[in-house]
Amino acid sequence: MKKRLAIFLCLAVILSFGLLASGCGGDDEQGDDKTASGGTIYYLNFKPEVADVYKDIAAAYKEETGVTVNVVTAASGTYEQTLKSEIAKAEAPTIFQINGPRGYQNWKDYCADLSGTELYKHMTDPTLAIRDGSGVYGIPFVIEGYGIIYNDAIMRDYFELKTKKTDVSSMEDIQDFATLKAVVEDMQAQKDALGIKGVFASTSLKSGEDWRWQTHLANIPIYYEFQKNDVDLTGDETREIQFQYDQEFKNIFDLYINNSVTDPKMLGSKQVADSMAEFALGQCAMVQNGNWAWSQIAEVSGNTVKAEDIHFLPIYMGMEGEKDQGLCIGTENFIAVNSQASPEQQKLAEDFLYWLYSSDTGKDFVTNRLEFIAPFDTFNEDDRPSDPLAREVMDWMEREDVHTIPWNFTLFPSQTFKDDFGAVLLQYAQGQKNWDDVKNLVVTQWKSESR
Amino acid sequence: MQKTLRRYAAVFVLPTAVAFTVAFLIPFLMGIYLSFTEFTTVTNAKWVGFSNYLRVFRDSSDFTNAFWFTAKFTVVSVVLVNLFAFSLAMLLTRGIRGTNVFRTVFFMPNLIGGIVLGYIWQLIINGVLSWFMVDITFSASYGFWGLVILMNWQLTGYMMIIYIAAIQNIPSDLLEAAAIDGASPRQVLRNVILPMVMPAVTICTFLTLTNSFKLFDQNFALTGGAPGRETAMLALDIYNTFYGRVGYEGMGQSKAVLFFIMVAAIAYLQLRATRDREVENA
Repeated sequence: MKKRLAIFLCLAVILSFGLLASGCGGDDEQGDDKTASGGTIYYLNFKPEVADVYKDIAAAYKEETGVTVNVVTAASGTYEQTLKSEIAKAEAPTIFQINGPRGYQNWKDYCADLSGTELYKHMTDPTLAIRDGSGVYGIPFVIEGYGIIYNDAIMRDYFELKTKKTDVSSMEDIQDFATLKAVVEDMQAQKDALGIKGVFASTSLKSGEDWRWQTHLANIPIYYEFQKNDVDLTGDETREIQFQYDQEFKNIFDLYINNSVTDPKMLGSKQVADSMAEFALGQCAMVQNGNWAWSQIAEVSGNTVKAEDIHFLPIYMGMEGEKDQGLCIGTENFIAVNSQASPEQQKLAEDFLYWLYSSDTGKDFVTNRLEFIAPFDTFNEDDRPSDPLAREVMDWMEREDVHTIPWNFTLFPSQTFKDDFGAVLLQYAQGQKNWDDVKNLVVTQWKSESR
Repeated sequence: MQKTLRRYAAVFVLPTAVAFTVAFLIPFLMGIYLSFTEFTTVTNAKWVGFSNYLRVFRDSSDFTNAFWFTAKFTVVSVVLVNLFAFSLAMLLTRGIRGTNVFRTVFFMPNLIGGIVLGYIWQLIINGVLSWFMVDITFSASYGFWGLVILMNWQLTGYMMIIYIAAIQNIPSDLLEAAAIDGASPRQVLRNVILPMVMPAVTICTFLTLTNSFKLFDQNFALTGGAPGRETAMLALDIYNTFYGRVGYEGMGQSKAVLFFIMVAAIAYLQLRATRDREVENA
């Protein structure tokens, strides 16, 4: 009896340890791989929409070089917290991503100097990289642009409308806010004739879904403010703002919410996906978003928007001289290599990145599967992504007559600032707060969050 | 047998003890340590003493606001959940037809995860509110009552099962004696049933109290704190502090420690208070 009991207990103990061991065992197995062949690097991916593509890339790289790339993707909106816990582990990410100068401040201790890498040497515009002193700590690997996406089919219907009250006859005529406003308001008044529910897609203001306004739209007035006051973007001057172009921001925001598919009071439950679906189904003519939205538009079943009808319009909000304003083009995706990983691993990581952005196989993945506009001179004319919005962004970037607005929102103080800004915009849309409250909050929160 | 048990006690306890240490004790102690430090990841902490705790109250009123919102929510939901659960338990111990079906149906919401429930109820509540051209983000009181409804829907069934077990455990001779003595149903309820189910009341208030106080998933999914941060409860506030910005990790951690102390203290007081009212089931 006793013997049997003892055996049983031993088994129980072994079992429980076995479970524990297998719980942490995943990494060990990968560790074994490393000694068997070329090595292992760990890439913590930011973009869930291309998670599967990275799996294929890793497989192709393994086949070519024998180096294993473990790709782990953080769920949407959880990158920072995933990184926080992953990087503290023994098997920490070798390659991770930071979202700009603010992100760099946070991850300083972990970012290796990349100024000597091949990848950096091939950047088309080295000023885009994140630099600190003489070192380079983050390299952008994708360029993205946003503006107002419009459906040209609906616009053509409008321009041919007999009851049209404006004398605008093509999209080229819209080059400032006043014209845009006139057209939008006339279209909204005649929405039944045009077969749409509203000119703009819903201004998604649900919390967590409001980044198109508190980040992207807000970028423009902040950019002009920094320009006007000659603010040194790398210094401490960005710690305080006046939000002096708040009226311009209000112009366009009011236009969005008052000429939309959705009543302004109902915006608190709208998500980005709702807006993109409205646009894809032809219920509205315009939506503010970036080139990454193409997949969202194309994926909607019953999509009525043709690839050739989809174009970008710069976000005019009544700024002085906005005739030559272009799209907002930049990046918040900077690749960083973990400085606390072993030198061999760092080397492997740099090799992998260079392979991805320079070899034919790698480039094929980047342009055709990831559909990235890559900011490296290893890419030439033929390596352009096929999606229409990405092509539009590249066209706008190359136009000589307009100036591109960079992504200064990477200087916004914190997620909390953005969340609070989004929340007060919602309350403004609902009519519960007035514009002074919005302006006030932006100025004070910016300051208090910038400490 | 006793002796054998005693000799092997350590071995019996070992698997659980290991799991408890790894998954609870170590993170808990580390958490307390981290609340006194400034850190980005758990491995690069710098000691700063009590400054995190001071910042909790000095930096903003988020934490105190969240506390009062949570306190209000807890009071309302503890009362309502127990009231509904007890009434349902009374109804479903009378031998009505289909008793088992009803019990199962009322218990079922408990099996659904909080995030899913939050999103489903958000759709339902927004659907109803859309008749009035508003949605749940419009006012903090919508969010508050939305959370109360959700909490009731989820917890009532569970508490009901506990109450049913307790009611069925009441010796039938007590009830018969009361009936023979001519006690009215109300008197039976007040003087026989309620005192006899006090142990269940203790458990149920404990569970509802701690669950409401620690509520996170439902809060996160249903309102996400909107409008602004007005409907953020303590757990959500801690989450936002920790992940919302750079350099606030230590402060979030000290909020979490304060949160633990509060939950422990309140639960302890409640247990003492209701224990005193229990009667021995002789």
